[in-house]
Amino acid sequence: MTQSDATIWAVIAGLGIGTYLIRFSFLGLVGNRPLPDWLLRLLRYTPVAVLPGLVAPLILWPEATDGTPDPARLAAAAITLAVGLYTRNVVASVLVGMVTLFGLLALIP
Amino acid sequence: MTGSSANSSQGGVIAGNFGKGAVAGAPFLLVIIPFALLFGVVGTEAGLNLAQVMAFSMLVIAGAAQFTAVQLMVEDAPTVIALLTALAVNLRMAMYSASLVPYLGAAPLWQRLLISYGLIDQTYAVSIARYERPPAMTVKERVAYILGAFTMISIPWYGATLLGAVLGAAIPQGLPLDFALPITFLALIAPALKTLPHVVAALTSTGAALVFSWVPYSLGLIVAAVLAMAAGAVCEIWMERRA
Repeated sequence: MTQSDATIWAVIAGLGIGTYLIRFSFLGLVGNRPLPDWLLRLLRYTPVAVLPGLVAPLILWPEATDGTPDPARLAAAAITLAVGLYTRNVVASVLVGMVTLFGLLALIP
Repeated sequence: MTGSSANSSQGGVIAGNFGKGAVAGAPFLLVIIPFALLFGVVGTEAGLNLAQVMAFSMLVIAGAAQFTAVQLMVEDAPTVIALLTALAVNLRMAMYSASLVPYLGAAPLWQRLLISYGLIDQTYAVSIARYERPPAMTVKERVAYILGAFTMISIPWYGATLLGAVLGAAIPQGLPLDFALPITFLALIAPALKTLPHVVAALTSTGAALVFSWVPYSLGLIVAAVLAMAAGAVCEIWMERRA
């Protein structure tokens, strides 16, 4: 890294402040004012609209295998999702998913 | 007397929700600790001093954006590009912020300032999952819950960053913890698939994120999220009309 200390600190401060403003944005500025119905209807789907898109590329193209789809990881993902759908229990799904992953990676060299 | 006992029982409810939030956040330590350790190692190896590594983890608290910024600085990218690219990685958090307005908008400003500091993927995901589920919570209980989750996640996040920066490459490699992130999020997504519109939104998000993965600055995810929200809303309207 060739940047000066001042530049590095500027990036840290800029990223810290900018990220904070992104997080504060709606929660801070809208506050208690009612949102229009059409917007509420869209926002209801925020978790299922963001989180699957966040993880899909990581599941299909894992960085650990340089982006090559990996049977053990794909199976662990499928089983985690299945256990989650069946039990609706987050902790149980994580545990079964991780055990599946470790198990399969140990079996498939 | 009556007043003080009412106060203390209310205090108990708040503390209870803080604790429940902390418990709900705990499984994510599986992701947070290795991620923070890795950032400590990578940041130090890239040439950041201890104060800078810690400042990243304490002021930004967004692993993916931190790695992006450090990576671009190592590659000698222009400073403005490094900054804007890393910020773009965090744009999804504006959506989190908006979707929490109906639940937390009525909280006092100082509490919203505090919640905003701790609005990371994991605290958002566990909290919104609880807020949407009956029994309904009061605003105070919701605030306690999300702050409990954040406390559980943030302290190990700071600590593990410090450990990574100090111990460096002495930390054992090779555990497939890269995949802890997808697994913990999948475990949260599954119970959120409550209705057909939720399933449609999740499938749209998945498909569009893969199709738009070539879009630079992580903006493909934003495109996918907007499309998925629209798909969920359209499906909901269609079901209402049909009913």
